[in-house]
Amino acid sequence: MATVVDIKNLSKIYQLGSVEVAALDDIDLAIEEGEYIAIMGPSGSGKSTLLNLLGCLDRPTSGEYCLGGKDVSKLDDDELSLIRGMHIGFIFQSYNLIGQLNVIENIELPMYYQGFSEHESSAAAKKLATMVGLGDRIKHRPMELSGGQQQRVAIARALANDPVVILADEPTGNLDSSSGADILNILDGLHQKGKTLIVVTHDDNIAAHAQRVIHLLDGKIEKEIYNKA
Amino acid sequence: MLLFRLKRTLKLGVKSLWMHRLRSTLTTLGIVFGVCSVIAMLAIGEGASQEAQEAIAKLGSTNLIIETIRPPDEQADSGNVETVRNYGLTYADAESIRNTIASVEVAVPIREIEQEGRYRNRKTAVKVIGTVPWYTEISPVQLLRGRFLSSTDMHYQQDVCVIDENIVRELFTFDEPIGEDVRIQGNYYKVVGVVGVLGKIESNANFGNNDVSMVASKGSATGNVYIPLTTAKTRFSELNYTFSGGSRRAEKVELQKITVKVASIEQVLAMRDILDALLDRIHDKKDYRIVVPLELLRQAAKMRRIFSIVLGSIAAISLLVGGIGIMNIMLASVSERTREIGIRRALGAKRRDIIIQFLTETLLLTFAGGILGIILGSLVPFLVTYFGKMPTVITAGSLILSFGISGIVGVTFGLYPAYRAANMDPIESLRHE
Ligand SMILES: Nc1ncnc2c1ncn2[C@@H]1O[C@H](COP(=O)(O)OP(=O)(O)OP(=O)(O)O)[C@@H](O)[C@H]1O
Ligand SMILES: [Mg+2]
Repeated sequence: MATVVDIKNLSKIYQLGSVEVAALDDIDLAIEEGEYIAIMGPSGSGKSTLLNLLGCLDRPTSGEYCLGGKDVSKLDDDELSLIRGMHIGFIFQSYNLIGQLNVIENIELPMYYQGFSEHESSAAAKKLATMVGLGDRIKHRPMELSGGQQQRVAIARALANDPVVILADEPTGNLDSSSGADILNILDGLHQKGKTLIVVTHDDNIAAHAQRVIHLLDGKIEKEIYNKA
Repeated sequence: MLLFRLKRTLKLGVKSLWMHRLRSTLTTLGIVFGVCSVIAMLAIGEGASQEAQEAIAKLGSTNLIIETIRPPDEQADSGNVETVRNYGLTYADAESIRNTIASVEVAVPIREIEQEGRYRNRKTAVKVIGTVPWYTEISPVQLLRGRFLSSTDMHYQQDVCVIDENIVRELFTFDEPIGEDVRIQGNYYKVVGVVGVLGKIESNANFGNNDVSMVASKGSATGNVYIPLTTAKTRFSELNYTFSGGSRRAEKVELQKITVKVASIEQVLAMRDILDALLDRIHDKKDYRIVVPLELLRQAAKMRRIFSIVLGSIAAISLLVGGIGIMNIMLASVSERTREIGIRRALGAKRRDIIIQFLTETLLLTFAGGILGIILGSLVPFLVTYFGKMPTVITAGSLILSFGISGIVGVTFGLYPAYRAANMDPIESLRHE
């Protein structure tokens, strides 16, 4: 299996006045294609920072990051945008749908930015909406959907450009247990289809779905635990 | 493909603006009123200036009009002594102009008398114009029926007249005027011709310092009655009595006007100096003035330029204010939508995409404002013309100009907010509440 994420000596240091805060401190990490990873750790341990770096939203202070075999640690803003648009799928804790757009249009956004025609993207978006069980809600605005439904739209959107990795930061953090379970089911389904998933969570039950759990502490990898299949 | 993308960008822009309908509408109002006022003001300005130019052009651009004016009082009249003041243009002036200045094409002496004209039991105030047959060369009179005054009329001091349509309407209504007699001060003048009315030249426009009152047929006369100058000389007294402060004054004026025509526009200004020099020698009082329609035209053009500059500045300021309003709202919108920007960036939007998005929204606002402004601005002049009885002219140029300006305003004031949006850090934006 190919290595999708390959991180070496990765650090992210924030300069707060005269104090340096190492949000990530010399991390090495390799993730294979199709892996389901959970990242855990106490608040402030650097989980979100790591996820942002993985998602090419940010550049490391030092170290190397190869995504799908390509070094992305020194790309410029436009190139990073392109990588995000083509190879990364984001799922956020607070769904982050765009309020003035309906379900279809939200799902279409990544395709829109990659220059797909409306004809192509709306057909694909409809398929994705159906896949997450919202085929009958495609004209609804986010406000008209429940939290669980919104998160499902967000998952559909994350899949729009068939990304190399899907990154989720506490995807069930805002949901009640039953909608949370729905979301986890969908994620499990994606894993079974061979998608690479990286999920940040505080919840051991969620981490139990993953194959490997990475524990962060003070910007370092404290331990990695492989769950039994 | 690019076109599809443009269409989609526009569609998405409209959606965002539609989200905040009230805000978008209010934002647009600045541009609406800016553009509207530009178009309306330009239309009113253009209308006024065209009217003025037409009025002046009627006077003839190769004409020079010498007018009698009452000279300033030399001394306060002593008591009740009746003195006759003798001033103004004379037949001799007309002769010397015709005989001594070679470049004069025609010189037309004009006598004007306010009188009452009667036909049968009808009467009306008329302006008797004593003049010569070649009057037609300096004034675009349009002969409708019969003939104009002839040299035979002049020579034999015939009691004939040419009347204009207004007089026909007042005195003859449905009767055929040709061959009938109009009675003025006990004398009968046979109507030999009817001419059209010379437009309405009592202009609302004011040409700076030179008032054009001489153009306007002042007073209460309903129309003109042209009679041979020779006839006027014998039939009407040149003495004119005025009463002021209990004392009677007599004035004697031979001619009210002499209109001189030169061959080409280039000669007009030189001719003014020649005429002035000549008359200055003959007249010891300043009892005449020379009006040059060409100069009035030039003055009108200058006024128009100044007018345009003033209007342009007002327009620029109002659009600037509108533009600042738009920028203000767009900045607010950008900061309110920080999170949306972060989401879009995370989903692959480049900085350029964000710039295009916000610039599109601003341009949609300004163009919508521009179109609304054009519609309103085209209506206002009609209302002004209808209710204010003022002429207005909407030029295609002013429409294109204001539309172009609204576009420029959109780009100018939209770029900064768009850049602000594009340069936000994606992570910071995503964390923004
Ligand atoms: N923009 C920033 N400027 C300065 N320090 C930052 C910045 N972003 C993160 N940090 C610091 O980096 C460290 C890691 O933050 P991070 O958000 O990754 O934690 P986290 O593990 O996601 O915590 P939580 O579970 O609360 O979300 C923290 O100490 C934080 O204060
Ligand atoms: Mg976090």
